[in-house]
Amino acid sequence: MKGREMRAGAMNRGRTGGLRRAPQYLALAAYVVFLAFPLVWLLSTALKTPQEMAQADPTWIPREPTLANFADAFDEQDLVGAATRSLVVALFASVITVVIALPAAYAMARYRSLVNRIAIGWVLVSQVFPFILIIIPLFLILRDMELVNTLPGLVIVHVTFTLPFALWMLQGYVRAVPPELEEAAAVDGAGRLRSITGVVAPLLAPGVVATLLFAFISSWNEFLFALVVLQDPDVMTLPLTLARFVGPEGVARLGPLAAASLMATIPSLIFFAIIQRRLKSGLMAGAVKG
Amino acid sequence: MRMKSALAAAAVVALAAACGSGGSGGSGGEAAKPGEPVKLNFLSLAWQKESLAANKQLVEEWNKANPGIQVTYVQGSWDNVNDQLVTQFAGGTAPDVIHNDSPALSGFAADGYLLDLSDKLPAELKSDIPQQSWDTVTFDDGKGKQGVYGVPFLQESQVIIANKKLLDAAGVRLPTTEQPWTWDEFSAAAKKMTKDGTFGVAWPMKSPVNKTLNLALNFGGTFFQTAEGKTTVKVGPEEKQVLQRIHDQLYKDKSADPAALGQGTADPLPAFYKGKFAMLPAGVYLRQQVAEQAPDGFEWVTLPPLKGTTTQQGAVSQTLSIAQDSKHPDEAMKFISFFLNGPNQAKLAKGDWLLPTSVKAAADPSITTKENGWDVATASAKALVVAPFLKVNGFDEWKSKVATPVLQEYYANKITIDEAAKRLVEDGNQVLERYQR
Repeated sequence: MKGREMRAGAMNRGRTGGLRRAPQYLALAAYVVFLAFPLVWLLSTALKTPQEMAQADPTWIPREPTLANFADAFDEQDLVGAATRSLVVALFASVITVVIALPAAYAMARYRSLVNRIAIGWVLVSQVFPFILIIIPLFLILRDMELVNTLPGLVIVHVTFTLPFALWMLQGYVRAVPPELEEAAAVDGAGRLRSITGVVAPLLAPGVVATLLFAFISSWNEFLFALVVLQDPDVMTLPLTLARFVGPEGVARLGPLAAASLMATIPSLIFFAIIQRRLKSGLMAGAVKG
Repeated sequence: MRMKSALAAAAVVALAAACGSGGSGGSGGEAAKPGEPVKLNFLSLAWQKESLAANKQLVEEWNKANPGIQVTYVQGSWDNVNDQLVTQFAGGTAPDVIHNDSPALSGFAADGYLLDLSDKLPAELKSDIPQQSWDTVTFDDGKGKQGVYGVPFLQESQVIIANKKLLDAAGVRLPTTEQPWTWDEFSAAAKKMTKDGTFGVAWPMKSPVNKTLNLALNFGGTFFQTAEGKTTVKVGPEEKQVLQRIHDQLYKDKSADPAALGQGTADPLPAFYKGKFAMLPAGVYLRQQVAEQAPDGFEWVTLPPLKGTTTQQGAVSQTLSIAQDSKHPDEAMKFISFFLNGPNQAKLAKGDWLLPTSVKAAADPSITTKENGWDVATASAKALVVAPFLKVNGFDEWKSKVATPVLQEYYANKITIDEAAKRLVEDGNQVLERYQR
């Protein structure tokens, strides 16, 4: 009897809890729909015939689904090759960015000096220059280094332009790690290097992952530098390949463009899926009391 | 741990492979070693499916027939070709053969980035293309000498794409190439077709400048005048004609669909298929989209260009040019001569749904057929003359900073025609002034 009452009580609590949470689930569902809309629409467009695409009343689910757009996209452009090159460039650019930015961010966050303040100011100022202003001098430098038309050249450019913001991001994460933790490690006999690698680094993991994601997305999507640095068809990255479906005055071949864009999102989706589990916050909650 | 090492090794191999796939640090313009074929890079902006296929096929044909001159096909994009070229010209790595349009050539020619082809053009190619087309690629070299900086090969005229059912129902006279509609007849027809929620016409004016300026020539409107070597903007009665007439259709006759006004050229097509309006003035290339997208049973026709005091329209051309820095200009010219001969131009025109400049190509049965309005479109090439704005140094800035916002405001009925004219002239002359110092 008692057990039945307990079960009933738990059920009631579950029901009221569920009811109380209904608006939360609703809001969450709305948010997911909002986020998923572009991808769903991309998929729907990629499967439509030109006639269905040009209807005044758009349809969500293609009436006569076709794979012709995928066939055209793959037939006309080297999408797999371009995606592979984009992936290689984005992976290297993001890893190198983080490797360079991490110690620099630590120094910026922990050591207070005039040089430090100037360095921080310079990082901010460097963000002010528009890309188009520096693209020609940059191109000339790369040409003299024989890096034009090469993927390492593009990796260097991407690292250069992602680094300041990555540094800024990581600096914030380092600041959020209380110095008391390092002091405690020092009391326990750990040297500076040991306390950085053993105490600070694990706590910085979510920040490093966020910065890695930022650098990866920036490089994966980057168009303008790739446009001027890469010239041969066999080194072109994905954004350059996608632009080929667009004609004058912005008139585009929507079907193949949607099909190619959909394929282009898959590697980054996989990358996100793998890495997002590391993107947790709150690791430091309760680390320092009082 | 072993797994991690393997992954790291794989990453290193991947970058090494990627590095290996890179070029040699430069694109076109490399000198051939003895015994090796000359290598040319050809930057093409073809983007339509048929056009892409035609371009690739012609390059393949050339490479097969000319083992000593091998052409690499590089596909670019209209959207950003000039950003790309500015950098590549400055770095000396531009492709040997460059596809572009004539408005872009003027600045590059003045900066010395393009080769003057005057002395290199073979007689057959020169005579196959009419002088008015050559005029679209003849520019000052920045030092006062006129030169030919490209071979013009595809042009666009403005026609009217119409819903045949609505046109027939209105009972209006159908225009022909010999007897086109005047603007008055066009306005009257649009009014007649405006009923029961259907508009007579749609004017998509997101990018209003080229369309307005090209059509303004119907009434002799040139928008620019040159006196004593100085070019200024001019908006007189001739220039105001087309502006006023389009504005009247929108706000006086109410025969133009206001929903289309802010749209890009192809954006109103879904509403067109649905019968929301009957006529769409557009470039001939838009027929391709209509042919591909129109629902089954939808009948459409191509109507010839309108007549003001004349049927003249301003024309720009798609062009093939040779980079000044190319190490193989003679070989590049040979390739261009092959690529743009009569039969090949017909293939390219058909692929892009545009008009060939070649006289031989214009007679090709594939682009004079009645199907998809090719007969009307090809005949409309006769009315094309060089667009006056092509020769104006600073036109691009005038277009983006002055003319586009002013015309958009005028067509949106936010300013009067006199205010529009005043701003086009006064703000415009300030822009042009800087280019003529």
